[in-house]
This record gives sequence, structure tokens and C-alpha cells, in this order.
Amino acid sequence: MELTRRNAILLGASALLVAGLPIHATASTDDAIAAFTGGAEVGEGDITLTAPEIAENGNTVPIEVSSETAVEIMVLATGNPTPAVATFKFGKLAASRSASTRIRLAGTQDVVAIAKLEDGSFVQATSAVKVTIGGCGG
Amino acid sequence: MASGVKPRVKVPKKAAAGDTVTIKTLISHKMESGQRKDSDGNVIPRSIINRFTCEFNGENVVDITLEPAISTNPYFEFEAVVPEAGAFKFTWYDDDGSVYEETKEIAIG
Amino acid sequence: MKILTGALLATVLTASFVSADPVDDTLILNEDITLVTRTAAPAHLSDAFDEVMSGWLFRGTETRAMQADDFDNPGMIFVEKAQESWDTVEGTEGKSCASCHDGMESMAGVKPTYPKWNEEAGEMRTLQMQVNACRTERMGAEAWGYDKGPAINMEAALSSVSRGLPMNVAIDGPAQSTWEMGKELYYTRTGQLELSCANCHEDNYGKMIRADHLSQGQINGFPVYRLKNTKLNGSHSRFKGCIRDTRAETYKPGSAEFIALELYVASRGNGLSVEGPSVRN
Repeated sequence: MELTRRNAILLGASALLVAGLPIHATASTDDAIAAFTGGAEVGEGDITLTAPEIAENGNTVPIEVSSETAVEIMVLATGNPTPAVATFKFGKLAASRSASTRIRLAGTQDVVAIAKLEDGSFVQATSAVKVTIGGCGG
Repeated sequence: MASGVKPRVKVPKKAAAGDTVTIKTLISHKMESGQRKDSDGNVIPRSIINRFTCEFNGENVVDITLEPAISTNPYFEFEAVVPEAGAFKFTWYDDDGSVYEETKEIAIG
Repeated sequence: MKILTGALLATVLTASFVSADPVDDTLILNEDITLVTRTAAPAHLSDAFDEVMSGWLFRGTETRAMQADDFDNPGMIFVEKAQESWDTVEGTEGKSCASCHDGMESMAGVKPTYPKWNEEAGEMRTLQMQVNACRTERMGAEAWGYDKGPAINMEAALSSVSRGLPMNVAIDGPAQSTWEMGKELYYTRTGQLELSCANCHEDNYGKMIRADHLSQGQINGFPVYRLKNTKLNGSHSRFKGCIRDTRAETYKPGSAEFIALELYVASRGNGLSVEGPSVRN
């Protein structure tokens, strides 16, 4: 490829895309999902995961899960040494099927929320979170 | 019992029957993940709160399983229905067997 | 070609970051008190700044929100701990802080004036030094280690009851010589990187330093709960960290140098609201 200005920019941009791609789900993530769903198919639908696009520090990342009909929601951090984060079970007196917490992310990665709905089906939502490195050595 | 563990909860003092209330909870706890090493290179053993529950007059609101990826000083926010006057009971379960409890009364009015 | 691509990539990366300028936002504490996070620079700083800004304006949305509510602010856990030690009798005199001072709220207005000259002792005192003077002289208790848990918790608690009041340290009269020493330190380059406080926080605030935003380095929010280490951090410990990062030998928390630097840096924020315990990354 001849290096023209345009090509160089394209190259730079594609390198950025590759570098910015979230880490693919690991085997342990798949295992955790399978254990939760019992191998059932996971679709899309009644589950929302809210997480910052850029987290200022991976030690404390605020997230929220929300659904209309979930009985249980599992959160996984696919790029952590162990992906499990938390599982929320909603009881009879839960006014909504939503909850917020603060989590640890080992680096830039996908956070996944999988909900078991009242009808027994499973849905999932994914959020890519960029974890920044601090100014002076963290 | 892990040292310096102190639960805090925020619940309105009053609600109308059938109202939805927002509850915030925070417990001071290191949440040692089991992934860190000390200065000698030995793994610091995991020591976390592994479960948190909230009940109202004996009925479950939420039951949460915590893993080491929950941040230091675990924080939760959720919503509950208040069908009648009574008390919220919050319980945190520590890896070391300790159980921390907090109760908050709520009046109807 | 590799080098060229690298350079271009760096440009793309830099350009892809949004500006590191301070945000346009208002800090309202507990939906009640509006804090001053931006105000006219004090007279002594007029050559350097028109306006002084709290570090709060340089943080992300989630971090800013965490500080705006006392329940969401994890720093308040440590304030509660200090409230307990405030009421605890210690030492040979059978006294607690509360024995002399009543409630913690009675200390509102104290934090904004520290570091402060103590005429009787003939020395410049930080708030932690004053607390320790009370402990050793009035309570007959042991002094707390500088910036250590109990001391930093108490500083945070004393700060919390002054939130919303403007920082107002005196820099003239008996304070002047210490203030001059602090100013000298602020502009002195240290370490292998040969950086002074001013190189980052005066010349380059509002720019990125790696993936982070450089603030003006104000200390009106100290003690600070950092998301990084999930505990309260004192201003002297922050100074130590900064100087260490210039690859220099540092001074110790509680040293004469850091007392002077605290006075000087505090004076650069005169007029900003006391925020401690604030939340930063």
C-alpha cells in the first residue's frame, strides 16, 4: 500500500478500532452464562444496563440494571480475572426490577447483564466501558 | 468479624400505603478480592461480603449475591413497595461468617 | 512508515478525546447548599489566574454526582467514624473532644481558616496539628500520626461541618513568612522530571495528562475520598505523591515544608467553598 495521507489516516483509525475493541467473552464468561441460563438461548429485550462510557477509575464504576419483568439479573465483567460481579433476585416487595451498585473493572471491557424474565426466557444487554489510566502513575 | 464494618441505610421515615420508596445502602468493608498480593508476593486471601438481603415485615425485597468485583464499601440502591407500616430489615453476610444487621421503621402517613 | 503511522495514530487518539476543560456545572450538596466551585482569583494570584476552580469541575459526571449527596459520598463513612471518636473519652484527663466543644457542628467555620498561626505556641498549625495539640495538652491523649486514619477522618469531619463556607486562610502578619516559603516551594522544580507544582497546575490545567484531566490543584476539597484507593487522602499525602511523581525525594506529611505548602496552596483557593470530604478519581 502506498502511504498517502488518506491511507495513513485510515490506517491510524483502523488501528484505533482494533485497539478499542472490547475483549471477547472468555470461556469462564460463557460458563457463567450457561450456569445461569441452564443452556437456554439468550435473546435481547427487556433488560437495560447503564454504565459510564468512560470510567474515571476502574475501582469504583457505577452501574444500574433495570427491567420490567426480570425475576433475577446477573452481571458479568467479561474482562475481569473472574467475570462474576453480582446477581440480583427481586422479591415480592421489590417496587421495580432495578438496582444500582458500584463495581470493579480490571480494564476496558464489556459489562454484560443477563436477565431471567417472568416467562422463563433470558435476555441480555452489553455495555462497553473504557477504563482510563490516571495522570501520574495512576 | 472484619474490623470497622458499619452498615448505613437511607429509608424515608414515612410513606403512604402502597407507595414506592427508594432505598440506599452502604456498608464499610474492604471487599478484599483475593486477587491482590502483599509486599512479600503472597496472595491476600479473599474476604468479602457475599450476600445482602432486604426484607420488609418478613417479605423479601431483594436478595443479592456479591462477588469480589463489587467495590470496596458495597453500595446498593433499589426500590421497595411499602404495603403497610413496619420495618425494613437489612442483612449483610461476611465470608468470615459474621452477619451485620440493620433495621429501619417506616410509618404510614 | 511505521513511525509515521504511529505519529498519525497519536494525533487521532489525541483528537478523539474531548476537551479537558472544566465542566459547566453547579455543585448542590444534598439538594440544599450550593457550593462555590468557581470564583474570582484572590488578589495575590491575579498575575496567574482570573478565576480559581475547584477540582470538582474537572471530574466526570458519575464522580461529581457521588459528591453531591452525603449518602452516595463514601467519604462520609469516615466522617461518621470521626464523630464516634469526637464523643469518645481518651487520655489522662478523662475528656473527649465533645467535653470542651459540644457538638461537631460548633466547629463550623474552623476549617476554612487553617493552616493558621497560633500565637501562644508561636507556630503555624494545620488543622491536624491543632487536633493533636488538643489531644496531648487538654486530653492527655497520644497524638495521632499525620494523615493517618484517625487524624484524616477527624479533619474530614471538621471539614464536613464547614462545607459551603469560603476558604479564608490568612497570609499576612505572622503567617507571611510561612506563606512565602510555601510559594517558593510551589514554584520550585523538583526531581528528575524537573517539574514544579505550577508547571502542571498553573501552566497546564484544563489539559490532559495521559488519560486524566489536570486541575488547578486546589485543596478546598481535602480530605479527598479517592476512587483509586477507596479511602480518605490528606493534602500532605497528595503533595508527597505529586513530588514523588517528579522522581524526587519527597518531604514527609506534617513536615515544615508541607505545612508551608498547604498554607500557600490553600490561599490560592481562598473564596472557593470548603468541600471536604470531596470525591475524586
